[in-house]
Amino acid sequence: MTEPANPILAVRDLEKTFGSLVAARDITVSVPAEQTVGVIGANGAGKTTFINMITGHLTPSKGSIWFEDQEITGKPSREITRLGISRSFQVAQIFPSLTVFENMCIAAAIARRAGGLLGNVTTPVHSAVATAEAEATIELFQIGRYRNTPASTLPQGVRKLLDIGMAVVGWPRLLLLDEPTSGISIEEKFDLMNVVMSALKTRKITVLFVEHDMEIVERFADRVLAFYDGTVIADGTPTETLDNARVQELISGTKFKAGRPGHA
Amino acid sequence: MFLFAAAAAPLLPDWVIPLTTIALANALVVLGLVVLWRAGLVSFGQALYYCIGAYAVALTARWVGFTDAFGLVLLGGVAAGLIAVLIGFLLARYREIFFAMLSLALSMILYGVLVKTESLGSTDGFTVTTPTFLGYAPHGEMLGRSLYWLTLAVDAVAAVLMGVYFRSVAGALAAPIRDNEIRVEFLGVSVTSIIHTKVVIAGILGGLGGALAALAIGHVDPNMAYWTTSGGFVFVTILAGAGSVAAAFVGSLVFEAVRSFAVDVMPGLWQMTLGSVLLLTILFLPDGLGSLLARLKRRGEAKAP
Repeated sequence: MTEPANPILAVRDLEKTFGSLVAARDITVSVPAEQTVGVIGANGAGKTTFINMITGHLTPSKGSIWFEDQEITGKPSREITRLGISRSFQVAQIFPSLTVFENMCIAAAIARRAGGLLGNVTTPVHSAVATAEAEATIELFQIGRYRNTPASTLPQGVRKLLDIGMAVVGWPRLLLLDEPTSGISIEEKFDLMNVVMSALKTRKITVLFVEHDMEIVERFADRVLAFYDGTVIADGTPTETLDNARVQELISGTKFKAGRPGHA
Repeated sequence: MFLFAAAAAPLLPDWVIPLTTIALANALVVLGLVVLWRAGLVSFGQALYYCIGAYAVALTARWVGFTDAFGLVLLGGVAAGLIAVLIGFLLARYREIFFAMLSLALSMILYGVLVKTESLGSTDGFTVTTPTFLGYAPHGEMLGRSLYWLTLAVDAVAAVLMGVYFRSVAGALAAPIRDNEIRVEFLGVSVTSIIHTKVVIAGILGGLGGALAALAIGHVDPNMAYWTTSGGFVFVTILAGAGSVAAAFVGSLVFEAVRSFAVDVMPGLWQMTLGSVLLLTILFLPDGLGSLLARLKRRGEAKAP
């Protein structure tokens, strides 16, 4: 793909080694604002390593990462979160003893807290702004009827929506979704992704999502990156990437043909 | 509530005042434990700060000759707070039983040092100089009342500030930290620094409590750092529950009342009485006496249109 004029995320020659193991190498990707990028690849192909380097949980061995014209390579993850990069998890990370509303409130309050040494102490958790943000995000993710339900008793799909909602409530510009549909039944996957993706579109968030289900990728991504052995072997529109011979051989299997109902 | 208690002073029988003062001083330590408790942390060494607060007051009065009660109490809080800042760097990395045992160990170190220090009276401790109040030097009954009012004032300020803290992001993060530290980190907050703050707040409250207790008792000794003292505070915290600021005060007062009556009625068996009270509380009010307050409040709200 050609370099966009003003990418929100630009990754150059990224490499990560653990001793003699090369987990990622030669990754050069540039993502324009508001694009939805699907990331595919077998387990151990380097997808999560890639995401962890962007969010600051792993420091790259080589290469650079730029977010909105600012280099973020090697910055601590908390700082990167503050700059506007959020993530959700393969296994929903929520606070089980709090209700959906309380979960959302605390996430909203953290995102809007005052800076400085005492920011956490001087910001009230139920400020009008934070509460309004929390309510709006609950609406956006269509989980209003669970508003006062303790998170420990939520159905799996709602847990996922809450998890992603908590990542979105602080208005990030870039969101990394690690397998948003994992643990969700096949019948529910599309409904869940419809809710998530329309919510993210509404907020004009650029998205990178890791996914194993090729139908989901084809339906929701504007662009697909295919990882194999730590590097990107194909990068293009869903049809281009999914029809790529190497991708079919190494990742999706020959059975999957873009644009035709089938299985991953 | 505090104003009411302050106005009641002249009406209360003489023996009630010192007991209440001690209970209200200890309530500050309990309030500190509540802060940690909410985040799932139990300190079995809160007597460390209690003792530091007490000794800071006693030593300053003795060596420097500074006897102003307001200044001394502040000093006790600051001294304990500073130690808590240092200890926090270590303690904030631990959780659960490791947090509890490490805090216990640290308090026992202070106990050991004080016991070995003969210039400070070793196990006997020493007497605290009678304090003055901005130049006013009461004695006898008025001294007791002045200390009672001072303790109430410190409690009131602490209660208001802690109310604000519990409604802040840092305060509200207690349950989330107990639930899921990973998520808190990913939301962009350092769990370690939040817990460090909680350790310092609990330390300051412990120091203030110790300082007030030292003035009220008129004597300090190494037992103030001993693990049974810490255990007593944890006992009251379980009794009180972590539901609200008020719970710490109610719990502490109930504890002191039950203990006084138990000692009076059956001197040999007072520990058993206290133990039974705790057992009943855990069985029937698992969220502590404080949950009774919350229940009453809810009932009041339900009645009001």
